[in-house]
Amino acid sequence: MPAVPTVEATMLGKLDWSAIPLDQPIPLAAGGVVLLVILGVLAWVVVKGHLPYLWHEWITSVDHKRIGVMYILLASVMLLRGGSDAIMMRIQQAIAYQSQGYLPPEHYNQIFSAHGTIMIFFVAMPFVIGLMNLVVPLQLGVRDVAFPTLNSVGFWLTATGALLVNLSLVIGEFARTGWLAFPPLSELSYSPGVGVDYYAWSLQISGVGTLVAGINLVTTVLKLRTKGMNYLRMPMFCWTTLASNLLIVAAFPILTATLAMLLLDRYLGFHFFTNEAGGNVMMFMNLIWAWGHPEVYILVLPAFGVYSEVVSTFSSKPLFGYRSMVLATMAICIISFMVWLHHFFTMGAGPDVNAIFGIASMIIAVPTGVKIYNWLFTMYGGRIRFATPMLWSVGFMVTFIIGGLTGVLVAVPPADFMLHNSMFLVAHFHNVIIGGVLFAAFAGFEYWFPKAFGFRLDERWGKVGFWFTFVGFWVTFMPLYIAGMLGMTRRMQHYDVAEWRPWMLVAAFGMLLLTIGVLAQVTQIVVSIRNREALRDRTGDPWDGRSLEWATSSPPPVFNFAFDPDVRGEDAYWALKHHAKQQQLEDHSGPEYQDIEMPKNSPTGFVCAFFATVMGFALIWHIWWMVILGGVGAFATFVVFAWRDHDEYVIPAAEVERIDRINIEERRNLVSLAGTL
Amino acid sequence: MTMTATLGHAHADPHHIGRATEHPGPAPKRIVTAYGFWVFLLSDIVMFSCFFAAYAVLVDQTAGGPKGSEIFEQRNVAIETVCLLLSSFTCGMAGIAADVRNRLWFYLAMAVTCVLGLIFLAIEFKEFADLVARGYGPSRSAFLTAFFSLVGCHGLHVSAGVLWLLTMMAQVFAKGFRADVLRRMMCFALFWHALDIIWVGVFSVVYLLGGGA
Ligand code: HEM
Ligand SMILES: [Cu+2]
Repeated sequence: MPAVPTVEATMLGKLDWSAIPLDQPIPLAAGGVVLLVILGVLAWVVVKGHLPYLWHEWITSVDHKRIGVMYILLASVMLLRGGSDAIMMRIQQAIAYQSQGYLPPEHYNQIFSAHGTIMIFFVAMPFVIGLMNLVVPLQLGVRDVAFPTLNSVGFWLTATGALLVNLSLVIGEFARTGWLAFPPLSELSYSPGVGVDYYAWSLQISGVGTLVAGINLVTTVLKLRTKGMNYLRMPMFCWTTLASNLLIVAAFPILTATLAMLLLDRYLGFHFFTNEAGGNVMMFMNLIWAWGHPEVYILVLPAFGVYSEVVSTFSSKPLFGYRSMVLATMAICIISFMVWLHHFFTMGAGPDVNAIFGIASMIIAVPTGVKIYNWLFTMYGGRIRFATPMLWSVGFMVTFIIGGLTGVLVAVPPADFMLHNSMFLVAHFHNVIIGGVLFAAFAGFEYWFPKAFGFRLDERWGKVGFWFTFVGFWVTFMPLYIAGMLGMTRRMQHYDVAEWRPWMLVAAFGMLLLTIGVLAQVTQIVVSIRNREALRDRTGDPWDGRSLEWATSSPPPVFNFAFDPDVRGEDAYWALKHHAKQQQLEDHSGPEYQDIEMPKNSPTGFVCAFFATVMGFALIWHIWWMVILGGVGAFATFVVFAWRDHDEYVIPAAEVERIDRINIEERRNLVSLAGTL
Repeated sequence: MTMTATLGHAHADPHHIGRATEHPGPAPKRIVTAYGFWVFLLSDIVMFSCFFAAYAVLVDQTAGGPKGSEIFEQRNVAIETVCLLLSSFTCGMAGIAADVRNRLWFYLAMAVTCVLGLIFLAIEFKEFADLVARGYGPSRSAFLTAFFSLVGCHGLHVSAGVLWLLTMMAQVFAKGFRADVLRRMMCFALFWHALDIIWVGVFSVVYLLGGGA
């Protein structure tokens, strides 16, 4: 029905009351619950008088540790949202045999699209970026990242993206196109609603945030290392951070350009990917996967870094084959840009092209294998402690090998012609992403939590969480391999093939185990907060660690280190603990304490993200005056920031000394203990 | 564990082959800022290369519409190019003026850079407006889509550059040549020169290659 433009219609663009899905109870209820939770938390914060604390200590903070924690918090909350989507899909496929199930197709399609988008962009990405933010400056022995305020901007823009995706629950709809919005389905003619626009704009905005984070961390690793921290003395996690962020800088602009083209098609009638006027759909495939394959390594390389740290710490041995590990990391970093076509062998580029890309894909398995062997040899002969982070790491090795093998399998073009777009593929990438990235996120969370908050997490609940998640993963995803080989394609809202049914039921049961695993981890956090006094880490070094983050207190002071650490070799802190340096730590007659300059807090990131949210929402709904308002506001925010006269404040030497003395005092026991080892 | 050599060994090993040089510690702020901005510029160039690639893929998809040689006006493009190259020179002058803290030359050089940038934008805008008026807008064919996007993306960058330029002038006016202002000025100059380099690419790939055929 052609709408007659009224004043309101032009004022509010495409937005009107029909955007609220009053006829669809599930998203409305979900949105309502989320809204209630948010309002509840807000009310609690205001009533308890925590608002000033929150504003000064967190929202406007430019401290890399705080920003890292906020990234991880965002990722954890989004994990619950994405997980709910997963539960709904598993239930749907378990019951939709010869029936429609309980989710109508247009709703089911939105769920799997939102699930993939959220899990990759708003869970996996912020989780690893959060860990890198939290840990890397500490490991490098420096006071902050290269661009602290931009760091905050990056975080808040990511949060904006997450907010917009969740807004689509209650206002309008989300994309029904899958997590990569392939055209022509995502073009205006086939997706006339605002779903794809929500998708594209939230990724554009959070993509800017990711790019900022990438630039920041690359510059930090390359330009801000403490004295003596040569490249080949950096902890492995710093190397993988470097590799991953180089990939971000090189790959995310491709995503930005590709989505910009899609948006131009949708908003201004361009013909990049349309079926008419010479547009080229396969160009989208090439572009999106030229970003997409490096993206999977952006996620998994920092994960490899986490495992390297954890395995070496809990085996009480230096990482085996450190240099080969560095080489493998950088090799993966480069090769990951040369395999993108394996995502569409079926395009029919011809046997030669397919063979080249197939072989290139298999070659990636070589440096990955090198890494696996290095971890195994690190454990070999070590005194292994099976604390929770170590459990996740060992679980990862077992799980990831299978995922890598099935990856090599689908990298064989003739096999891929059978398995492409099947449940086998779904199993493959969950195998590597859950078994690789998510396990690492959990391992890193357990491992560095004491550093961030000053108390350890409850081991018992942590182990319960691990075992349920580990077993749950296998029970959920192994059946999908089988269903895939039985011919079941991905993204089915219902089906009529009896052979698939049992496997869907098993997978749904596995999902139950996974859910219990997540709940156990939530419990773990609650229990640990309750018992925090008993779990307190006074030494700053709860795991007998090897790298510099353990050389400072838990949580570290804002300035991280009272003196720039002077590094003399690999495993800097281990050496410090076990060699002559301990004397310096014991009777601190060392250099005089000095004033320390730290960057001032700034609301720039938050305000900027506020305007980005306004602008994104306005763009989605074609509210042009609001777009301009948001744009002007964001620019003005930066000008105000640039006009500040003081962007640093000074912590006087006496205060530095006071804080540092406490740390040294509490640590003295540890050092004398280490001396007896 | 490899040992680092003492100072005495430095003479025996002038090229540091046998020893690891000690990393001296964090770089100064100026270096860090410029380095980070270089990394940003590289990422921006990656984005442009996508539009270049799209142009290369779609250049023959004219869908019955005009080819490049039928719509490009080499004379205008030549003027645009001269403006932009000259503006890079004046931008360099502004950078030098900032380094020696000479306000007059700074304002003058920035103003000329701004005017040259605006002339460039005006010519480009006119080219676009004429094409749209003749029915050759970006929706006409995939070729025109790619053309408008690639050239327009560069034009948007120049517009943002002009806005940044004016902000820089205002900031020098209000705050003088503070260290942070100088760092921003350095980034601005890098940005402006990078746009020049990209324009050389646009000029060659779009107008020179397309004009002849
Ligand atoms: C030895 C290593 C690997 C190889 C050879 C490999 C190979 C492949 C191939 C050929 C496909 C496309 C199959 C198809 O669409 O028919 C694919 C899909 C995928 N892989 Fe891998 N892979 C490897 C490791 C990884 C890792 C480490 C990750 C993530 C951390 C990952 C994530 C993905 C994802 C997300 C998809 C599917 C995306 C989609 O279509 O929606 N892969 N892989
Ligand atoms: Cu891939």
